[in-house]
Parts: sequence; C-alpha cells; structure tokens
Amino acid sequence: MNCCCNKQPSDLSLLSSVLNEYKDTKGSLITILQKAQDIYGYLPTDVIYHVAEETGNTPAKVMGVATFYTQFRLSPVGKHLIMLCQGTACHVNGSKRIQAAITEELGITDGETTEDGLFSLKCVACLGCCSLSPVMMINEETYGSLTPEKAVDILRELRAKEEVE
Amino acid sequence: MRIAVGSGSCGIAAGAGKVYSALENLISDYNNITLGVTGCIGMCYLEPIVDLYNGEALAARLVRVSEKDAENIVQAASTGDMSLVENLMITENDNCFLTQQTRIALRHCGIIDPTRIDDYMKEDGYKALQKVLTTMTPDDVIQVIKTSGLAGRGGAGFPTWFKWNAAKESKGEEKYLICNADEGDPGAFMDRAVIESDPHNLIEGMLIGAYTIGAKEAVVYVRAEYPLAIKRLENAIAQAKEKGLLGKNILGTDFSCEMRIKAGAGAFVCGEETALIESLEGSRGMPRLKPPFPAQCGYWQKPSNINNVETFANVPWILLNGGEAFSAMGTENSKGTKVFALTGKIKKGGLVEIPMGMTLREVIYNIGGGIKNDAQFKAVQMGGPSGGCIPKELLDTVIDYKALSATGAIMGSGGMVVMDESTCMVNMAKFFLDFTAKESCGKCVPCRIGTKRMLEILTRITDGEGKEGDIELLEELCEAIKDGALCGLGQTAPNPVLTTIRYFRNEYEAHINEKKCPAHECTNLITYEIDADTCRGCTLCAKKCPANAITGTLKNPHTIDGDKCIKCGQCHTVCKFGAVRTI
Repeated sequence: MNCCCNKQPSDLSLLSSVLNEYKDTKGSLITILQKAQDIYGYLPTDVIYHVAEETGNTPAKVMGVATFYTQFRLSPVGKHLIMLCQGTACHVNGSKRIQAAITEELGITDGETTEDGLFSLKCVACLGCCSLSPVMMINEETYGSLTPEKAVDILRELRAKEEVE
Repeated sequence: MRIAVGSGSCGIAAGAGKVYSALENLISDYNNITLGVTGCIGMCYLEPIVDLYNGEALAARLVRVSEKDAENIVQAASTGDMSLVENLMITENDNCFLTQQTRIALRHCGIIDPTRIDDYMKEDGYKALQKVLTTMTPDDVIQVIKTSGLAGRGGAGFPTWFKWNAAKESKGEEKYLICNADEGDPGAFMDRAVIESDPHNLIEGMLIGAYTIGAKEAVVYVRAEYPLAIKRLENAIAQAKEKGLLGKNILGTDFSCEMRIKAGAGAFVCGEETALIESLEGSRGMPRLKPPFPAQCGYWQKPSNINNVETFANVPWILLNGGEAFSAMGTENSKGTKVFALTGKIKKGGLVEIPMGMTLREVIYNIGGGIKNDAQFKAVQMGGPSGGCIPKELLDTVIDYKALSATGAIMGSGGMVVMDESTCMVNMAKFFLDFTAKESCGKCVPCRIGTKRMLEILTRITDGEGKEGDIELLEELCEAIKDGALCGLGQTAPNPVLTTIRYFRNEYEAHINEKKCPAHECTNLITYEIDADTCRGCTLCAKKCPANAITGTLKNPHTIDGDKCIKCGQCHTVCKFGAVRTI
C-alpha cells in the first residue's frame, strides 16, 4: 500500500451522500467503491479507510475487495483511459500489434500513464465487440477494426484536440 | 416511413451514433418520417445498419451506412423512392446470414425498439407472464419447462426445470432469483445483445422464474464493461414498474416481485454461480464449496436460483408456444436453439441462433460465409477459456452438448472463434492460460499454482526454450488441475491445452524439437526475409523499420540484417508486394 502522508488528503465529504444511501444496505460495498471511484477517479488510501470505518468493515476487507476486481484502481489514471481489448477474437485479429503501436506512440505499457497525465493504457479481457476486432475503448467510445496506423491516428487526434483546448 | 438505426454496442462502435445524429438533424423538415432505434440484428460485420419500415413491413435494410448517406436515406424514406439508397441495400448473399437462422432467444433483436415497452407489448410481450400468473401453478410451469428440454445456456447445460424445482422445493419464505449476465468469456457477446436489444424479454423470463420458485426479489448481475446494457435494462425495469409488471401485486395477482441490477466490477470467476453470490454480497468473488447448492443455501444463505440471460430469454416463448414446440427442435439430448457469437477469421461475423443439431461446417461456411480472405480453416475455438479447439477433421460435428463434449471442447456460453492457418495453436493455448492464470481467484492451490506453472511451460515453448517432456508434463498438470480445482473455472482451465495437444501435437513438437512455429506467429521462432525476386525496391520497409535493420537502394532488392531485426513485423505489414516472408 502506498503511504499517503505526503499526499493531499481527499475531500471525504464528497462521499457522504453515497455512504448515506448505501452504508446500511448489506452487500453494497462494491457499489460504494464504484461510486467512490466515479468521484475521485481512483480509490485513494484515505477513502478506503473512510469507507471501512463508515461501513463497519475492516480496512483489510475493503482493500481485499478493491484489489480483487480489475475495475478498481489504487492510483490516478490519465485523462483518456485507453482500454485495449485482449479478447480471443481481438487476439486472433492482431491486438498485440495494436498494443505495440500504442506503446511506441505514447511510450507507456499496460497499466502505465503518460507523464503529461493525458493517456493511460489498460489491457482488458473482452469488451464484447468481437465482430469489430481488434477493438479499443477510450472514454466509453469504442473504436473498432483497428490497424496500428488507425490506432495511432486516433491517439494523435485526441492529443491535438487537447492542445487546441 | 419509419427509420430505425441499429444501436447495439457493435453498431455504435461502427458509427451508428453519428448516423443517428445526422438523420436526426435532417428529419425535422419532414412530417412523414419518424426516427427511432432498434437493437442488434446480429449482422455485426455489416454495421451500421439502418432499416426503413413502411408501417410494420420492412421496406429496405441498408448496410455499412455512414453519416454521408443520411441525406439520401431521408429522401428515400420521404418519397418512397428506394432507388436512392440502392447502393446501400443488403445483398441476397448477406441476407441469407439471417434467413438460415431460427430465432427464439433473439426473436425481437434488431426488430423492436428496446427503449420502448409498447414495442415489446405489441409482439405478445408479457402475455406469457399473464398466462402463467392467471392460469398456471408453479408446478405447471416446471412441467412445461421440463417438456421443452431447456438446459442452462451459460455453458454447463444443466436442465433448467431441475434447478427451478430444487429451488421451489427448498424450505423458507425468503428466496432469490438471480440472472447471471456476467458474460466474461472473451469472444462471447450473446447476453449483451439480448439485454441491449430486448431487455423486457429477459425481465419477463425472470418474472416467470421468480413466480415458479417463489422468489420476491430478483437481481441481474451485469458486467460493468456493458454500460449500454445496464442503461437499457434500468430503463426497461422502470417502464415495467410503471405498467404494474414489477413490484407489488403484479397484473393484479398475489404475486409480487422487485427487480434490481448489480453491476459487476470485473472478475471472470464471478460467472461461476457461487462466486457470483459472494460478489453480490459485496465480497471478493471467490467460489464456495458445493454442496450445499445455491438452491438450498445461496444468496444470504437463502435458497436461490441462478440462470443465464439466454436461458431466461427462451422462457416466455416456451410458455406461449408450449414445451413441445421447443423440444421439436434439436437433437436427442439437446433441445431447442442456441445462440453463438461467431467471430475471428470469419467473413460474416455476428450473432447466430440455430437449432441444435446443425454441424459446425454449416454454421461456419453456410451462415458465416467461410474464412476471411478465403484462407484455410484451421480450427474453431468453442467455449472460451473453459472450452477447446476443434480441428478441421471434425468440422462435421453436430452442435449438441454430447457431441461437442466428445471432442474435448464444450458448448459453453456460445463463443465461436474461427482460426485460420496463421494462428499458432500453442500460442492460442498460452493465450487462454494467461487469461485463466490472471483470473484465478487464488482460493484453491491446483488452480492458483497449476495454471501459473502451465503458463510458464507454454511461455517457454513459444519462446523456443521448450524441453523434451514438456508435453507430458503439461498433460500431467492438466489432469491434476481438472481433478483438484474447486470450481468450474479451475476444472475447465486445462481444456484449451488438452484439446490443442490432442489435435495439434505436431505443432507442440515443432516448437520444442525443431524450434519452429509452423504458423509463423511466435516471434522468437521466426525470421523475416525479403524475396529478392518479388521485392521492387520501393524502400518503404526500410523507412518503416524501427531497428534500421533493412538496407537497400531504390529499385533494388532489399535485405534484412537478422542480427539487428527485432521481429516487430512492420516490414511484413507494410510491404505492398508480399515480398517480406516469414520462415
């Protein structure tokens, strides 16, 4: 676990409405963590402790759940989260080459974030768009029938948009 | 005329959202056109798809539509002059993808608007529920389901009536009905399509199940990776509540049932029913020891029944048409239809629902149109990480539970990934083991450590460091894991390895003994070479090579320096003349 003493403490008040709604409903720990991640972008350590205290769980139990499921992140991600599908159909249709192209373009591998905080790359199991394989999803938008060139173009376009803004 | 834009996840990924917006901007000028959405018709390779309806009749199905076509489509819909969109019309060859299917679970997909309950009602929606609640006892329902021969479509193929009966017979007032929509098999998307395209069908099937077992609460556990499915289902649940089809005293009877959605958080093992229950309870999704079975002791230790989405999607049809109508389709041991997600190196990829008993060849060649680029068929992978690869010698295997199990693969939830000769079967086995090793929950040793050791051996083989005896060691590990693992994930994890060894042992041997990858896929075992006769000296490969390993001058054959080459394959990809070969 990362030490959080040098970090800015999270604003725990943002979570109070979620906790009020769910903390007394048994079995809702995953839902609370999902909502917390929506608020903070990831699950900061102090938020995990706070959720544990409020829900009457041990921090170990909450941490155990947070590390079990791939959806939860313990560190912040870039503005654009690239979810690259590694499902069977994508594998057969060349997702490894797409991954190599993204890595070459952005200089990050699976699980990393670019230094400017713009992009994070995450390889995921299957996005369920197998007929359009290989596929990646960025900010809930799915891009299908990728080639290495097409993937790089998409990333450059997103970066160009950022620079304009 | 009515314009319906196919808006499933695949359609949207292919650009259906942009097409819809373009149409929306144009139709405000016309008062004789309405615009709506529909779900996924299953012809994913033709997306985006736009249908034009004249009243209830389909006037034209337009495929591979782009926003640039919006103007012509609106004109055609307004004037009825279909010649304006002739270039977009589906061909007879493509249409037979649909006409060769028999659709029950998918019967409304791509036809009705999934966001409107009235569309579902028009198609006899909720009539089965009404019939059940007003004229049938739970035992009557179980009898019909038993007659139908419906078996669990999630993969295991357990008779549905038996599970329902066990849950019904369990003592206790508090019971739960759960729908497993945690479709985690890479290469499968049947359940997503059903929820996105026909959510009320699922709700109706679940309500009939809840009534039968005596549950007052129903939960749908959906993968978090399916945001659109969750949204459509939320909307459908709200609509059903408003119409008195969910909640207290449904349709004025004594039957009450609430329904809610639980979004998963990304864990393949949660497709296993006891792990799913743990996850529903807010814990790590680790399987429980069985028995006791969920029917006796499940969610919150209460009797619970868990079925897959496709299983429920068949239920309303069976209740309306009778168990015999369903069991009339299929084979001796497998009744009804099954939905498959046909993907990989296939010409026409998409959703296919066929009666059991069709052969793999018929599905792949007649419906799927054969292999992409007319390449040679090598194998079809069925059942995802729990299934196996079926080689071309067994293409005439009929699709039923027994026949598929005999090959070493399984029916599974319906993933059907086609592979051609460019796919290395050892690498394929490694791919699946990499998946199961990562997704193993870690509770039992055979799965946690066994899959890891198998992955190490497979990695070694594909890296060209395989040793004599590796195949036998793999086989031994497979048997140990099959016997010793706690849940279905572990027990079936060796299947991809066992089937590839069984049918493609020569490929394993080539990797180990000759240090060759016959499919030219494993980078450590191939070298790139430029054929001097074919090379035109265009210099493109030399420009693209990230390692500066290619030398040559304009209009003269180029050469690759094997010591510098990092085997990235860029030269192979960019060469327009096919001069770069792998050996």
